[in-house]
Amino acid sequence: MTATVPAAPRVIYQRPARLTDVSTRYCPGCGHGIIHRLVAEVLEDLGVDGRTIAVAPVGCSVFAYEYLAYDWCEAPHGRAPAVATGIRRVRPDAFVLTYQGDGDLAAIGTGEIVHAAARGELITAIFVNNGIYGMTGGQMAPTTLVGQRTTSSPTGRDVRAAGYPVPMTEMLAVLPGVAFAARGSIADPSAIGRTKSYIRKACEAQIRGEGFAIVEVLSNCPVGWGMTAQESIRYLQDVVVQTYPLGVLVDRRSGAQAGSSGAQAGAARPGTPSGATRQAEPHPAGQEA
Amino acid sequence: MTTPAPVEDPSFSLAGTREPPRRVLMKGNEAIAEAAIQAGCDAYFGYPITPQAELLEWMARRMPEEGRAFVQAESELGAINMALGAGAAGARVLVSSSGPGVSLMAEAMSYMAGSEVPMVLINVMRGGPGLGSIGPSQSDYFQAVKGHGHGDYRVPVLAPSSIGEAMELVATAFELAEHYRTPVIILADGIMGQAMEPVEQHYRTPARQTAAWALTGADGREPRVVRSLHLAPEELEEHNAHLQEKFHAIAEHEVRWAGERLDDADLVIVAYGTAARVARTAIARARAAGLRVGLFRPISLWPFPSAELASVADRARGLLVVELSAGQMVEDVRLAVGGGIPVAFEGRTGGMVPSPDEVVEALRELDATGGPLRRRRVRRRPPIPVSGTGHLHPHEPMAEPETGHDALSIFGDDAWMPHWYTVPVPTRPTRNGHGRGQGRNGSAERRPDDEGGSR
Repeated sequence: MTATVPAAPRVIYQRPARLTDVSTRYCPGCGHGIIHRLVAEVLEDLGVDGRTIAVAPVGCSVFAYEYLAYDWCEAPHGRAPAVATGIRRVRPDAFVLTYQGDGDLAAIGTGEIVHAAARGELITAIFVNNGIYGMTGGQMAPTTLVGQRTTSSPTGRDVRAAGYPVPMTEMLAVLPGVAFAARGSIADPSAIGRTKSYIRKACEAQIRGEGFAIVEVLSNCPVGWGMTAQESIRYLQDVVVQTYPLGVLVDRRSGAQAGSSGAQAGAARPGTPSGATRQAEPHPAGQEA
Repeated sequence: MTTPAPVEDPSFSLAGTREPPRRVLMKGNEAIAEAAIQAGCDAYFGYPITPQAELLEWMARRMPEEGRAFVQAESELGAINMALGAGAAGARVLVSSSGPGVSLMAEAMSYMAGSEVPMVLINVMRGGPGLGSIGPSQSDYFQAVKGHGHGDYRVPVLAPSSIGEAMELVATAFELAEHYRTPVIILADGIMGQAMEPVEQHYRTPARQTAAWALTGADGREPRVVRSLHLAPEELEEHNAHLQEKFHAIAEHEVRWAGERLDDADLVIVAYGTAARVARTAIARARAAGLRVGLFRPISLWPFPSAELASVADRARGLLVVELSAGQMVEDVRLAVGGGIPVAFEGRTGGMVPSPDEVVEALRELDATGGPLRRRRVRRRPPIPVSGTGHLHPHEPMAEPETGHDALSIFGDDAWMPHWYTVPVPTRPTRNGHGRGQGRNGSAERRPDDEGGSR
């Protein structure tokens, strides 16, 4: 006689330990919550939770330190990559993460992000692009789509007056200091899964000392866009991706395979020996902790 | 960090003093940079600007040699925010620039004051406003003492008047920054940065203070957040009250100044930095011509030595403020003395430096127009205000004035030099009968930059 042994309970999903159990200040339908969870899951998977020092931006995600239980440093608007550089250089053992929105990274902070990337700082940047200044009430951002209405482009973004959307991640991808650059989205579960894999690769690039890494995550802003949450997701899927195509933009990590989404996989770094990677050089100033 | 484990007891000593000091000719920018390295600076961030570029260059060479962090940033915005990050991570951080660059740093200064991140910023002042000139200037007094970023905050401002003093003040600035968790500004100028002077290679490495707030990664402890954001009005008001309490403590305990020849002075020059050097020569010439002039030299520009200056002014006929600016310090001097005494001004701008003879001429005018000798109304000198002046740390007790010292100077006559500096020379009587420059240890001393005009 055979007895049926019930399968042991198996956890298939749970809140990541570092994602705090509080209600966020984000608007209903906002994508930040999903992106916070992806970050928390990846850092937990990689085992770098306890040595993570993150840099918070100015904007809607200014309160990220309330939702993700890491050590955080607040940065002035746009300056997160510089602040992260300072942390990186004196704490070589830390895992350094920046979390910035598009107003922060693509407008006021262009100088800081470009040069952190050019230096190949061992930093992982999460760049949340929802095409708008959400916290201040929905003004036009450099990433706002042509024709998109905002409170400061009430008749739609007019290229004659306000120019064109800035493809920051494509711009950064050409810099040899960038080990990995990709663009994901939170529009649907499969896109979220791919975004998580990008974040993971971007974090691994830092852990292996391969250079600067950035993941742009296309997100929504139902309130700022004047849409319902469902409409904003459809807009993201159907319209936003036309301007900002998804995929890996560059992958210079060692062992990266060519051919994924037309990215410059294994792309050569001008001025560096082929295949050369930066090693994290221990800095004595950061060894005490 | 490179140093031994953080000490629990935040008292300071000269244990890190390295002997014996060697006397060499050094450029100010380089001497300041090396003093910072020897003071245990972990990280330097900068951007080229005249007249501080040699400081950056020295750091570019020396910091990697010492295995420490050096980054030439993309801008002063980048540099100061790197300092913010490194300081938040518990490192001892130095940044240097000049006026136009410091203007860009104003934003992060406010953030660092608000989030209480220690950092030392050296401003080697040049002529302004705007791009101005690259000549020496003191026209960033308002910026350093009253200004930079937004919000209710102050930062200590230290003004050296010799390269040797600048080296000592770098160590002091790190102490203040860590003790009070605040940015500290050292206000030098183009002459201080570019000139070469004989300096003792005597360095001080302040003890590290426990950084129980520094970001190291939340491993087995509660996460830490370094921030200035307090969105709830009640919370921000409480935070501001805490900051104000700290500023009051600094104002009470960190006043630094030096006096020279104040014992019998009818007229007192108030000057700091390079202007004090000019004033010293002018005083020697004026005394040779029969004017009794002394020097009141603020070393901490904030907190300004107001009470101390008021007590000096009580016994003088007039004050002459000498600056390499249009007179930015005059306001603080007038606030300190309360209108009871004439306050004149002599200064040049744009990179020009007032000559000693111009200062002597201004002294003559002040002498002719100055008020009655108020000192006569005072039968006995008021006691020297000891509390609230001088040192954060007890390593150098503020002793009773010794014979041969200027009685009003808490630092002694040669205060701009570190206390250990003594060069024995024959004591000579001066006009007022005092052996001049009597050292703290009883031996006579003289300054390497002594103009000797009165002898």
